[in-house]
Formats: sequence, structure tokens, C-alpha cells
Amino acid sequence: MNKQEIDARFVSIRREAERRAEHRKREAIPTIYIVMSTCGLASGAAETKHAFEEALSHKGIQARIVPVGCLGHCYAEPLVVIDHPASGFPPICYHQVSAGRARVLVGSYLEEGDPVLEYVLGAMERSDLIPSVMDFPRFSLEQRLVMEHCGHIDPDDIYQYIALGGYSALARVLASEPAEIIHLIETSGLRGRGGAGFPTGRKWSLARASETGGNIAICNADEGDPGAYVDRTILESNPHQLLEGLAICAYAVGATQAIVYVRAEYPLAVQTVKRAIRSAKELSLLGPGILGTPFDLEVSVFEGSGAFVCGEETALIRSIEGRRGMPQHRPPYPVEKGLWGRPTVVNNVKTLSSLPSIVQKGGSWFRAIGTASSPGTAVFSVVGNVRHPGLVEIAMGTSLRTLIFDVCGGIPNKKSFKAVQIGGPSGGCLPESFLDTPIDFDSLRQAGAMMGSGGMVVMDEDSCMVDVARYFLDFTQKESCGKCTFCRIGTRHLLNILDRITKGDGRKEDVELLATLSEDIKNGSLCGLGKTAPNPVLTSLRFFLDEYEAHIKEKRCPALKCRSLTAYYIDLEKCARGCEVCVGCCPVEAIFTTRGRKKGIDQKLCVKCGECLVACPREYDAVVKVSPPGLAPIIERPPDEEKSVGGQG
Amino acid sequence: MVTIVVDTKEIQADDGKSVLQTCLEHGIFIPNLCFMKSREHPHASCRLCFVEIYGIDQPVTSCTERVREGLVVLTATARARRLQQAAFKLLMSAHHCRPKACPVRGGCQLIRIARHLKVGLNSQPLERLERAIDEEVDLGLFTYYPFRCVLCGRCVHVCRQRTGHNLLTFAGRGLKTVVALFGGGDLAAAPCRHCGACATVCPTGALVLKGEQGRAASADSSLRAPQIPPR
Repeated sequence: MNKQEIDARFVSIRREAERRAEHRKREAIPTIYIVMSTCGLASGAAETKHAFEEALSHKGIQARIVPVGCLGHCYAEPLVVIDHPASGFPPICYHQVSAGRARVLVGSYLEEGDPVLEYVLGAMERSDLIPSVMDFPRFSLEQRLVMEHCGHIDPDDIYQYIALGGYSALARVLASEPAEIIHLIETSGLRGRGGAGFPTGRKWSLARASETGGNIAICNADEGDPGAYVDRTILESNPHQLLEGLAICAYAVGATQAIVYVRAEYPLAVQTVKRAIRSAKELSLLGPGILGTPFDLEVSVFEGSGAFVCGEETALIRSIEGRRGMPQHRPPYPVEKGLWGRPTVVNNVKTLSSLPSIVQKGGSWFRAIGTASSPGTAVFSVVGNVRHPGLVEIAMGTSLRTLIFDVCGGIPNKKSFKAVQIGGPSGGCLPESFLDTPIDFDSLRQAGAMMGSGGMVVMDEDSCMVDVARYFLDFTQKESCGKCTFCRIGTRHLLNILDRITKGDGRKEDVELLATLSEDIKNGSLCGLGKTAPNPVLTSLRFFLDEYEAHIKEKRCPALKCRSLTAYYIDLEKCARGCEVCVGCCPVEAIFTTRGRKKGIDQKLCVKCGECLVACPREYDAVVKVSPPGLAPIIERPPDEEKSVGGQG
Repeated sequence: MVTIVVDTKEIQADDGKSVLQTCLEHGIFIPNLCFMKSREHPHASCRLCFVEIYGIDQPVTSCTERVREGLVVLTATARARRLQQAAFKLLMSAHHCRPKACPVRGGCQLIRIARHLKVGLNSQPLERLERAIDEEVDLGLFTYYPFRCVLCGRCVHVCRQRTGHNLLTFAGRGLKTVVALFGGGDLAAAPCRHCGACATVCPTGALVLKGEQGRAASADSSLRAPQIPPR
């Protein structure tokens, strides 16, 4: 089949998409775009949508409501963009649009033409009337490739994607030889976005070399890292870009079958992808004989049942086969012998979503973005102690400092930065001295962290690094598949040791024991997850050894986090006579009245919940948290008071 | 046939066979628990059979390495030993060693390995791990002792191979992983023809045929692994 015939077929689809877009534009009624992905829904987007619908019908205003995917600005959800051409304003993005704000917007903006400036985040286009969102670093410092259309289109409407140039890369690929495509991806330098950063082109050519006529392409969307939700957002916001990438990959490696492996915990993503596959099939962009060529591609969705380990490719493959998801020794690699014994290419969501733009704009264009060894962009879900958390896509090579302090607005509440955890349970915590590390595969690995699949947790001075390591080890040891000795038993030992350190029972040999055991687990484990499981311990030992030593030697938690190592007391100088606020909030009746009608805390009863610290009126600020607990002065409970408590009990 | 060198000893070996099997067949002991000749793909879970191979910068498991011409294998380097001993200590921290109640009389593979590695049967400096699982599980024909089990998977493999039914499987996650019957139930009602192979291959007496204090009385000596070195 020649290029003209494929083009002719595709152009008719493209025309239809353009015709629909044109039609929408000509209608000249206001359009309300509501972010309706999981994050938006969680912050009340469904109620917002309902309020818009009610208000519109109540006032008899004609407007179109379009549910769109995620823009990535989680701090401002629910986000709404209103395009009201008749008002003369450019499309405006509104933040935190609750149901009440939605009603106000309909009344003020749509009815009366007043854009309600106090709700405005910014204009989506540059104009003199309203500052553009592009004036904010959170928007302007990003470079969007993978998430280019996320939040701008209805994920359920394939024509909206096509109108923006979607699927034209696939049409172009179908007219070329698979070898050319592999060559193109090789020259682009694209590396797998799943964490390890294996060159995608090389993976494909290996699969192509062992072709048996029935290769399989798998999209790995089994995103299980705590704090990471990049893949979910892409699937929910622009599934067609991923499917186009998957089809390009399948064509290049000679696959006739493709599977999108999504966790069942992402119900909306599963539904969105399933609908997207159906609509792509209807237009002959997937399925048998794509665009009239002899290339068949059957795409299905496989729902993973919630095992973290199934993000590892050999375990993922086994779980599709209906067996227990346990990693296997490689080689043989999946590209030689994968699903049902057939050569299988497993690529991450972000890798596949990068493909359409590489095909359209070329390998050298892609190489020009990012760094020489890690071209392209990186997508992170930045969470934790930052002002503007959410999804961020930046060019590789951007420094951690730029990402955290410029793009995401830095640390809130006048706290100082302590560490950033990159790469989830397989990654590591980097301290302030590493803030100028460029974000790319090699620099992060050198620093002791790793790219991972996109989770980034920023921590302020109130985070205890021993506790953070304990948290991640608790996760890994629970999620260990139990197959190999080092991961199954070794991670539990690490957890137990960290546990006793945070409880104040640390021993002087524990630091060395942690280091040796971590080193052994790293070198001895069977799969990548086991090998990287000790990273949170190793990096925190390397960069925050003083915190370990404070816990072990002084029984002190420098961040005042570990409950067993802290205590609360009431500063009698500051405490106000007769004030009873803390007494009322204490859940265990540990607070008593002293002879001087001030308050004291019974250390034996205190469970260290911190309620009194929050409740104490700011003008007194009398509750103090200390570590080690011995620093709290002992205030005796008056004997009569003791009696009365005993009587109640 | 190719020539390889193991610890300065030259060996004629079959090309493509695993290094572990080749060494064992030539009387060179490398600690192992999960290895079985009949496995098409090495399970590689016990992590005891580490060796160093010339040209590879890290110790590797010998069950997953294939013999090829000119291979130079060192079975007792410090780095390989460290990993072997670490894996063994880890196993012993979760394995309850009670010699008097142990059905594996005399031929305990764990004792052999401890002797070979010149370590004790304790897990020092690691503590013994407590687990919230049953001490004994009734599987109908068999009794399963999770605290003896090292999860080598030999029973799971041999069950699949012999019966074709995959009756035994791993269940649970993390340290709570155990061997169990697929979908629960007991083996008395299972279509396994009571071959007893699972109990025979168990290296630690974790799976015991009811009414037998010692090993299951299978006549099939080929199953009577694991490979125990001559004293």
C-alpha cells in the first residue's frame, strides 16, 4: 500500500475532525472546560459541573460544557477554563471553582460579562486584559511534549485529538519501513521512561531481530510508587496519544497484538482507555487493517490486581499469563522470549506518549531538548511540602532547584528545605547540597537516587529522614513478592532495625548493620525492585547520618517527628491562668490543672498526638515539643487532682 | 563439550548447561536450595549459589549462568562468600531450627551449607524474625510447617511437572509468603494421585506426609535431591 492511499484515507478523517472543530467555533456560544480527571473529581469537579448545568438552565444561558483531562495543577483544583468569545476576553482559567463559585461565574461572567477577577488564575492566551498564565513560572518554565494536550481536550472525543494533529504520525509511520522507524527512534536517543532508562530504539531492534511473526507490544501503566500519578493522568487526559505511540511501536517491532496493562485501582483510566480503543477502532486507526494497510493491531486492556511488583516487566508478563506475578531471572529478556514465549516489548506510558511528536518533528528535534545523554522531557508528580504541587513536565537537565523552587513555588509556611525523594521506593533522598543536580537518568543515579517512574516528594525541616526511610521500607517489604531471599527477608530486617531506631531502641551497631545489609540486598536480589529497595536507607545514611546518630546515641529526633523520642510540655511562664482550651482537646485526659491554675501534661498518659500544640491559642503559644523526651520539665499533678481523675476512671 | 576452569580445576563440560549443575556433577559443591535439573528456567530464588566469573564485575548466581568455552569460575572468592553467607543468615533468621523435632534426619541441606560456609546455624548479628502465620498448616495428606520452609519452590515446581495440575502455589506477600494449595482446600481431595513428590523434594522438612516422621517414602530416588556433597 503506498503513501498516497494511506494519506487519502487519513486526510478524510482529519477533515472530519477539522470540520467538527470549525463547527464548534462557529457556534459562538461560551464553552466551559471542566477538569474531570481523578484529581479534579476528588476535589469536587462533579459538583462543580452539576452547579454549572443547573445555573445555566436556571438562567436560560446557552453554553457548552466540555469535560477535559488534567492540566497538572493539582494545587488549584477544581480548575475550570471558560471560553466566552462574546465577552471580548480570552479564554480564562479559574482556580478552586467550587459549586458556589460556579454559580457566581455563570451569573457574573456569562450573564453580565464580568470575569470575576478574584477567581482568575490567568488567561490561557496572551492579551492586555488579563495576565496570562504564561506569566507564571509554574506554566512558563514547563516544556510539554508528553502532556502537551492534557487538560485541553476531551479524552473521550477522538476528533479533538485528531484536529490537533493526532494520529498523523501513525499515518506517516505506516507508509515507511519498520526499520526506518527504529532507526529514527535510535537517532532520537529516547530512553525508557519507566525508571531504568534503557534506550528504546535498541529495545525495539532486539525485539525485531527475534521476530517470530507474532510479537507483542505492552504498555506498562502499572504505576505503583507512592506519590506517583503521572501515568494515570496521561491515560485519563489524552489516551489517544498513548495509543498512537503504542501503534507506532507495534508497527516498528512487528507486533500484531498490543496490551495496555493498567492497575485496577485506576478505574477512570481503565474506562477512558477502553473507550479510546473503541473509538480508534471505529475510525480504523487501530484494529484489523489500519488505514487500509495490511497492518493489523489488536489492542486490549489488562487490569492489574494491585501488586507493586507487577510493574517489573517479567512479573507483569507472568501476571498476564494468569500466573503469580513474580519476577524471573533475565535473560531471557522479554524482547527474546516474553508473553506466551513470544518476543515482547514493554514500554512505559511516557515513552510511548513521546513517540508521536518524535515521528512528526524528527529525531534531531527531540535530541535538541534535554541533555545529550537523556534527551527529551521528564514528567514528575511533585508532591509534599511545595507550594504548587502537581504534574510538571520539564526538559531533562533542569536542576532540582529550578523544579522545586521556581516551578513549584518552593517550601510553604516559612519552613526550610530538607530533602527531596525521587524515584519512589527504588529512589533515594537527596539533601540541599544536591539541589543543583540536573534531572537526567545518569546524574540522578550518580547522586544515589533514580529517575523512577515520576514520583517526587519534597520534604521540609519537619521530616525525619529515619522515619522516611522506615516508611519506604515498610512499603517495599509488604509488597515484596516473596520469591528471593534478600528481598523477602532482608527488607524486613531493614524495617525492623529502622523501626527500633525510631522508637529509641537503636543500638550502636545498627548503622553499620543497615549499611552492610543494604549493600548485600542491592547486590544479591533477583530483580530490579529488590536491588533498589535499600536505596532509601543507603541515601539517608549517606546524607543524613547525623540524624541516625542522634536517634541512636542521644535518643533524640532532630525533626521532632518520632513519637517515642519526643514529648510535649506546657511552659508555665506562657500558660494563661484559667484557660482550658488544651484540656478540652486532649483525647486521653493527660492535661491537668496545677496549683497555680495553669496546666501541666501527665507524661505517663500523654499519647503525643499534638492536639494541645495546635489548640493552644497563638497569643500564649505555651505548648512546647521537645526531643529527647527527658528535656520536658516534670510538672507534678496535685494530689487532689490525681484523686479526682482516679475517681472518674 | 567445552573446557571451563573452576577454581583452577579444568573441566570438560556440556555447552549451555548451567554452571551450578556442571560444578555439582563434577563434585564441586556450591550452596543451593532452589536448583532443580528439571527446571527449564532457573528459579534463582534462594540466592545461595553466587560465584565469580572472570569478566563479570559482580558475583552472579551460578544457576543462571551457562557454560561456554573458556569460562573461568571462582566459587570461593570473598565477595561471593559474603553474599552466600548473607543469604544463608537471612534464611536462618526466618527458619526455625529445632533439631529434635526435625524430620530431615541427618541429611539437612541447611546444615551442609552452614558447614560449607563455615558459619553457624544462627543468624547473628540479625535477629530472629517473628511472623504472624500459623505454625502448622493442614493440607489434608500433608502437614506444612511455614517456619521450616525456605520458599525454594521445589515442591511447587515438581507438583506442576508431575501432576500437570499446579496444585501447589505460593500465596501471600512479603515475609508472609507461604506455600499453599491453589484456591485452598486439602490435598486429600486433590487430583494429584498422592505421588508425594512435593514432600520428597523438600530440603527442609517443611512439607511432611502425614503419618511419616521422616521423608515421604517415594521410591523415586531421582527426586531425592538436594545435591549433598560428599563429606
